[in-house]
Amino acid sequence: MGTMLVFLLSGTLLAATPLLLAAMGELIVERSGILNLSIEGMMALGAVVGFATIMATGSHWLALGAGGLAGVALSVLFAGVVLLALGNQVATGIAVGILGLGLSGLIGKPYEGMTVAPMKRMPIPVLSEIPIIGPGLFNHSLLVYLAPLLAVGLWWMLRSTRVGLVIRAVGESPESAHAIGYSVLMTRFLAIMTGGFMAGLAGAFIATVSATLWSDGMIAGRGWIVVALVVFATWRVDRLVIGAYLFGLATIAELLVQGAGIRVPSQLLTSIPYIATIVAISILSMDGRKMRLNAPASLGRTYNSTA
Amino acid sequence: MGMAVTAACHLRSADAGPPLLELGGVTKAFQTVVANRDVSLAIRPGEIHAVLGENGAGKSTLMKMIYGVFPPDAGEMRWNGETVVLTSPAQARKLGIGMVFQHFSLFESLTVAENISLTVPGGVARLTTRIREIGQRFSLPVNPVALVHSLSVGERQRVEIIRCLLQEPRLIIMDEPTSVLPPSGIPALFDTIRELAAQGCAVLFISHKLEEIRSLCHGATVMRAGEVVATVDPRRASASELAHLMIGREIPHPKRSAPTPGRDPVLELRGLSQPSDDPFGTGLHDVDLRLYPGEIVGIAGISGNGQKELAALLSGEAVLDRGRRDLVRILGSGCGDMDASRRRDLGLAFVPEDRNGRGSVPEMTLAENALLTGHAQGMVRRGLIERSRMRAFAETCIREMGVRCTGADAEARSLSGGNLQKFIMGREIRLKPKVLVAAQPTWGVDVGAAALIRQQLIDLRDAGVGILVISEELDELFEVSDRIHVLFRGRLSPALGRAEATVSTIGDYMTGGFLSPDATEARATA
Repeated sequence: MGTMLVFLLSGTLLAATPLLLAAMGELIVERSGILNLSIEGMMALGAVVGFATIMATGSHWLALGAGGLAGVALSVLFAGVVLLALGNQVATGIAVGILGLGLSGLIGKPYEGMTVAPMKRMPIPVLSEIPIIGPGLFNHSLLVYLAPLLAVGLWWMLRSTRVGLVIRAVGESPESAHAIGYSVLMTRFLAIMTGGFMAGLAGAFIATVSATLWSDGMIAGRGWIVVALVVFATWRVDRLVIGAYLFGLATIAELLVQGAGIRVPSQLLTSIPYIATIVAISILSMDGRKMRLNAPASLGRTYNSTA
Repeated sequence: MGMAVTAACHLRSADAGPPLLELGGVTKAFQTVVANRDVSLAIRPGEIHAVLGENGAGKSTLMKMIYGVFPPDAGEMRWNGETVVLTSPAQARKLGIGMVFQHFSLFESLTVAENISLTVPGGVARLTTRIREIGQRFSLPVNPVALVHSLSVGERQRVEIIRCLLQEPRLIIMDEPTSVLPPSGIPALFDTIRELAAQGCAVLFISHKLEEIRSLCHGATVMRAGEVVATVDPRRASASELAHLMIGREIPHPKRSAPTPGRDPVLELRGLSQPSDDPFGTGLHDVDLRLYPGEIVGIAGISGNGQKELAALLSGEAVLDRGRRDLVRILGSGCGDMDASRRRDLGLAFVPEDRNGRGSVPEMTLAENALLTGHAQGMVRRGLIERSRMRAFAETCIREMGVRCTGADAEARSLSGGNLQKFIMGREIRLKPKVLVAAQPTWGVDVGAAALIRQQLIDLRDAGVGILVISEELDELFEVSDRIHVLFRGRLSPALGRAEATVSTIGDYMTGGFLSPDATEARATA
């Protein structure tokens, strides 16, 4: 029982961390009024570039950084098309996402099925000594602790800093933001690049920290879950954190159920986290008024500053 | 009036001091349309200077250039005698130019102080106290920590003005500032403007309302079709002289005769209450309304008081559940649960406020837009479109309403708002409705065309149609309406007949004066 709880807790954190990282990035992007649907591709590219980097250098930190940069590279392409060429955000997002997936398969071909050493854990003194909770929650690699702290930082930034204010303003009304003298283009470009970095980082985390292996298609729809999480959280950071950890929990619970030998078709079990997300989103989206109250008013709309 | 013009010029130039701002030969074109041609203008410190012109005369374009939103194609701008080239609003603000927009550039999901902190340096906390200070000094009360979407339009305007004042500007541009205020709120705004001028700030006051300009401004530049036609002293010119300068001819007034309303209402609302779908909208409370054939009923009120919601419930864009269908009746039959197309089948025609996207599909041609509501006029046979009939219908609308466009194949979005409105009005009138609901029928339409539209409304009334006009323009309602209601915070006032409906009674109603004392907590403070 004890080991199972430890597994449940640590597994939840491990599964939730990349989701939270990527979702925070997507939240920034959407708050600035841009819908980026290429998260799945960005995560996949980040994962494979991270994996290739660790094979070459052996450093987890370099791998995570390289994964992030791969995400940025793809996001610059996305930003260029939607911001400069005024491409449709949905179509562009899907196309760039497919490109990312394709590239990841190509780059990852030689690494198929290979594994790497797990990242060094940083047990937190004293706390990690507590039975069950200690090994479950306080014996992880640095990024696992960092993700919720980043979330607090993001919440604070959006709420009380000038940068946050400008992002929200641009997302609500790019026309007004432009009229009072803010660069809509620059704000959105930076937001999209941040989103790309976070998605790439999350992908690299999955490949080099939580799964420690490369296999084509290993992101397995998590990029789409990220997009859904942001909506499910109604663009609020606090709910985003809850959503990410809930999804992480659902992922682990599925493994536990399988492990406990309960005879349910595995396909059904694997789909539980996705079903849970769909149900949660449906319930939360039922109040259309509330959704619109928080939604960035210009989300998904093409904005032409020169017109 | 020619004499008044030159005399005024001499008087102004005799005043001491060089101009604070001077424009010389400013020209701006958008694609093929010249919005400003060779415009010159000068304003001194402490002067309240009007820029007078119709919608589309090029006032807004000129102001945007002064505020650095876009640069002129040709011409010069001098600030304190020095030539400046403005490339951004931030640069204009640095010089000391502030702007109060007609359509507020406020962000609804942010607080007052947060909004202001986007353009004014200093933290939100420090600004909160400064907002209170400025508010007291210029009698502009507003709560700095309130979210903007919870504010009334008057309060939002105060926020815009405060934001402007916090940057200690030397020139403030005010774009149609009175258009969003109830009549009772205008004197307070004028006091604030006079106080600003007394302290040495120059004010550019953009308007097309002559009486306001005559009572407030020291100088006026009159614009027509993108050009300056005169610079006058508005205190010495009469309203009709100014009007003549502004539109280049006499303002036509529609002819009306006494109404002969029928006995059975064609449109009825019975105690209708309905919350708004829009989190920032205004729900309706217990709205009672009766519209008889052969009369025009006007709904006055500042927009944002439930007009949008009322229009949606009448047109069928918003539907009630079946149990409450009888709260909305057209020709006596309950239709609250019917969609827009079934209500049109009953004889309703509807001209929405939003021309692009509601009144028309911007990407479709005028002929195709005619088909959208006129399909029952023989334009469809066995499910197939009769192209020649569709075109003929559209061409008649274009001809009869004097729509300026390249023809029936012009895309709706290629027309100016006013022109498109003429087309939409023409289309709906030609559907021979029994009930017509028109929201802001002449907003943005030039004076001549507006008079034409109003005349058509009156003619339609005389033909026995019941017409409901929702409008912010009091002058328009006084011209066409037989009875006027006022909508305030989702509540509808009792109807006033033509004799009782004066600017002062309507103005009182517009701030909730018709509500019983127990509802007075809802009254506006403005």
